[in-house]
Amino acid sequence: MKYEAVIGLEIHCELKTNTKIFCGCATTFGADQNTHVCPVCLGMPGVLPTINKRVVEFGIKAGLATNCEINKYSKFDRKNYYYPDLPKNWQTSQYDLPIAEHGWVDIDVEGKRKRIRLTRIHMEEDAGKLVHSGTTIKDSSSSNVDYNRTGVPLLEIVSEPDMSSAEEARAYMEKIKSIMEYIDVSNCRMEEGNLRADINVSLRPVGSKELGTRTEMKNINSFKNLEDAINYEIERQEEVLEDGGHIVQETRTFDPARGITLSMRSKENAHDYRYMPEPDLPPIVTSEETIEKYRSELPELPDARRARLESEYGLSDYDAGIITSSRAMAEYFDAVIAEGADPKLAANWIMGDLSKELNAAGIDISQSPVDAKRLGEMIQLIMKDTISGKIAKKVFKEMLTNPDSPEKIVKDKGLVQITDTKAIEGIVDEVIANNQKAVDDYKGGNKKAIGALVGQVMKASKGKANPQMVNKLLAEKLN
Amino acid sequence: MKVTKEDLQNVAVLSRLAIAEEQEEKYLGQLDKILTYMDNLSALDTKDVKPTTYALPMQNVFREDVVKESLDREAALANAPLKEDGYFKVPKVLED
Amino acid sequence: MRLYEKPAHVLHDMLVNKEITAVALTEDVLARIDEVEGDVKAYLTITRDEALAQAKAVDEKIASGEEISFLEGIPGAIKDNICTKGIKTTCASKILENFVPPYDATAMTKIKAQNPVILGKLNMDEFAMGGSTENSAYHPTCNPWNTDCVPGGSSGGSAASVAAGTSIWALGSDTGGSIRQPASFCGVVGMKPTYGRVSRYGLVAYASSLDQIGPLTRDVTDCANILNIICGHDEMDSTSSEAEVPDFTKALVEDVKGLKIGLPKEYFVDGMDPEVEKTVRAAIEKYKELGAEIVEISLPHTKYAISAYYLIAPAEAATNLQRYDGVSYGERVESDDLVGMMTKTRTEKFGEEVKRRIVIGNYALSAGYYDAYYLKAMKVRTLVQQDYNEAFQKVDVIMAPTAPTPAFKIGEMVSDPLQMYLQDACTVPLNLAGLPGMSIPCGYSSQGMPIGLQIIGKALDEETIIRAAYTYEQSQNYHNEMAKLGGNN
Repeated sequence: MKYEAVIGLEIHCELKTNTKIFCGCATTFGADQNTHVCPVCLGMPGVLPTINKRVVEFGIKAGLATNCEINKYSKFDRKNYYYPDLPKNWQTSQYDLPIAEHGWVDIDVEGKRKRIRLTRIHMEEDAGKLVHSGTTIKDSSSSNVDYNRTGVPLLEIVSEPDMSSAEEARAYMEKIKSIMEYIDVSNCRMEEGNLRADINVSLRPVGSKELGTRTEMKNINSFKNLEDAINYEIERQEEVLEDGGHIVQETRTFDPARGITLSMRSKENAHDYRYMPEPDLPPIVTSEETIEKYRSELPELPDARRARLESEYGLSDYDAGIITSSRAMAEYFDAVIAEGADPKLAANWIMGDLSKELNAAGIDISQSPVDAKRLGEMIQLIMKDTISGKIAKKVFKEMLTNPDSPEKIVKDKGLVQITDTKAIEGIVDEVIANNQKAVDDYKGGNKKAIGALVGQVMKASKGKANPQMVNKLLAEKLN
Repeated sequence: MKVTKEDLQNVAVLSRLAIAEEQEEKYLGQLDKILTYMDNLSALDTKDVKPTTYALPMQNVFREDVVKESLDREAALANAPLKEDGYFKVPKVLED
Repeated sequence: MRLYEKPAHVLHDMLVNKEITAVALTEDVLARIDEVEGDVKAYLTITRDEALAQAKAVDEKIASGEEISFLEGIPGAIKDNICTKGIKTTCASKILENFVPPYDATAMTKIKAQNPVILGKLNMDEFAMGGSTENSAYHPTCNPWNTDCVPGGSSGGSAASVAAGTSIWALGSDTGGSIRQPASFCGVVGMKPTYGRVSRYGLVAYASSLDQIGPLTRDVTDCANILNIICGHDEMDSTSSEAEVPDFTKALVEDVKGLKIGLPKEYFVDGMDPEVEKTVRAAIEKYKELGAEIVEISLPHTKYAISAYYLIAPAEAATNLQRYDGVSYGERVESDDLVGMMTKTRTEKFGEEVKRRIVIGNYALSAGYYDAYYLKAMKVRTLVQQDYNEAFQKVDVIMAPTAPTPAFKIGEMVSDPLQMYLQDACTVPLNLAGLPGMSIPCGYSSQGMPIGLQIIGKALDEETIIRAAYTYEQSQNYHNEMAKLGGNN
């Protein structure tokens, strides 16, 4: 039987606020254990939570940016379960009245656009961190608890099970990441756990409307793990079903080292979260004015920006998609254009040499050693024929470590393109004289032989001769 | 509504309380008496009544996103039953 | 007459007039503690040395000619569920036996700003669950009027110490009558302000949507003065009221002419002690004499209030008390694994009543029962509120007995939790509605036990309650009478 996968994601997105969701402790990453804690986030007796206004703002903005309806009346609830990283033994979250509901985002996979529906977005607090004494939780005789992350604000973004492949799930998560970056509510640093996903996967026979039994994998924090976990789980479930078995509804852990998912043997029915309204926090009532105010503060979002780059600059859909996938890259692009650079050249340089260098160095475009202004200036040198595209690559490499302007680098290194006909003609004559074989080949009808001659001229000029002029002169002289 | 032993033990697990077998009868007797009394509520028609969570109407009470001083770590850990290297220490966590 | 017998406002004037010193006053109250605390057992912690040091500092301030605030130098004590920085706060539970909060409750911060003399922390029913103080994990407190009787609860230590003269004033908390009922049993004045009037920050939560801190005092004047100190919005408590706080002492006026007093027929029910009914009705007659108008009213959902209360409060409590798990503070009973440790800790360190309410609460919240119990109770809460709203269209205050009986004997009711819960019939409806209420003494039973009159006001209208209470109090002498105990009086 042929099966299709049904995949839904719950993405936890850590918000970039100064303080925790319910107390004034700082959210700074990487502090010494238990130094960003207070009676409130430690859940000490008698303490009360207070709602960080920015969290509500961010929740509403995230809802608006993902085409959700904002609930005019929203409230917090207690989700009760015992775990030592949760000092109160409940997580303050939202149950039946989340801040936003019924949204969607579009994703592009293999040239096809697909709409993924969002069930809801709700606000909640993060839990603390357990450090186990052994190498795994199972062989540890004890664990240590750090409450610094307890109370860091999260948005939980829940999708409908609208995805049917690992690629789609990845594209969806990338889209959410991109939107959250654009609206500036999260740092989205996956390596710091700013963005992590719980994945639900089930299979059903192709064409069937009924949903199969699903499994869940929690806390997936990289795109690679997301794809690997889904692909593995699809294969595993397929095998079970093919063998006539049935899928057990359960939570499974993903082991990135082995690329497999493992059953946690958990008793799902033991969870009864006993949700109840949080009596310590008054409800959040949002007016149409507030919603419109937040809407007006939203920046241009990835989809709109992409469409603009296509219509305004004639970029291909693919290029525009890549350039706008991160807000930082899109802004970098705009800044390069503002310098007067040709949009297509700018796109090529950003997606090509610049991205390659940044990836190799493992840094973000916002920290690029070549800022948008200098890249724009360099592209202008190409446009003015001061340097060739090939020389530009040298200039660019130099710019990575040399903070001088590209113009100065070109001058200092003597890389200015030779456009003087006389000077080029001299080199051309010399090359023709010294490469009789190639000349004969060419004259004998092998038109490709001119390439070798061009190469010789470029080499002799240390790459500085204008290639168009070299081509033209050679052709004239040989015909 | 009659509370069963199974109900009782289920709730005990949710409450992280141990109810020994010999205590079950006493617990069930008391719970039954109390819950039977509370069943007087079912006589009330509340179909069109909105539930009240808060004693008095309130809404939109927010705090500005400004950092306040945290507790000094010693003070945070002062009441801990067991601590180690600035951490709260707990026994082995068995997953469910 | 000894100093401990006087109310705070009289002692304040004596301090201002340099008739007494704060040290002499404190020593007298400490001497009273030495005399009778062994019989009353109102305290869990006594901070004797700190109290004397505080008194000495106040005397120096007075000597230097500085003005003093109302409570400055006046010895008082705090219910042990109100967090006191650096002083053990146990909630009368074994699970918090050694818990020393690194913070003060906001009400405590406001009290401390007055420079009072703090004598210590007062006994209560464990986590404020109970109406007799017998649920304290440490020891029961005895009623100063008859030490065979309970002082009421859960603020039994607060009421008993004020009645016994082992404190001049006290703070308590009221979730379903926990200030008013012990005030009634001990013949003192106790007020639960409107929900949100006093910040709950640092009040160890029992049922968050019902809890409220309030004063227990010798008379209405002290009550009004302490309300002035502890009321007001607090940024740390999102549910605290932003309404302006009036000067409550301006309501200390002897005038009830034309005041419309509602008498709810549902509060005078079968099972009520006839002496209580007679005494309360006599007090109402007195109001009539003083010029008030008595209006018969009906609060039809009263009989459902107990059920709603005993579902909502335990449900909130079940979650509020989840934090006591032996992980980051409080007692721990060791076990090999985490779940075992948590379960052992809670099973061994919580008392029976606390465990019972946790079980009821989790039952009401658990899957399958939520709608029938918890949701239903929240809807009934709406109906109870509506009853009051309608009644207050017609009347200015509502009067009723505080408790259906005078103080009962220690041990008399412990075996029957439901009977104990039914004791709260006259007090819990206010908490469900968030309304203010006060209990003032209005007479004695034939056994010589005090009986309380409950005065219920509109939300945020403590002033009318204070005016009504003050007028009656000044027409009687109950506020000048103290329990005969320890060979004094």
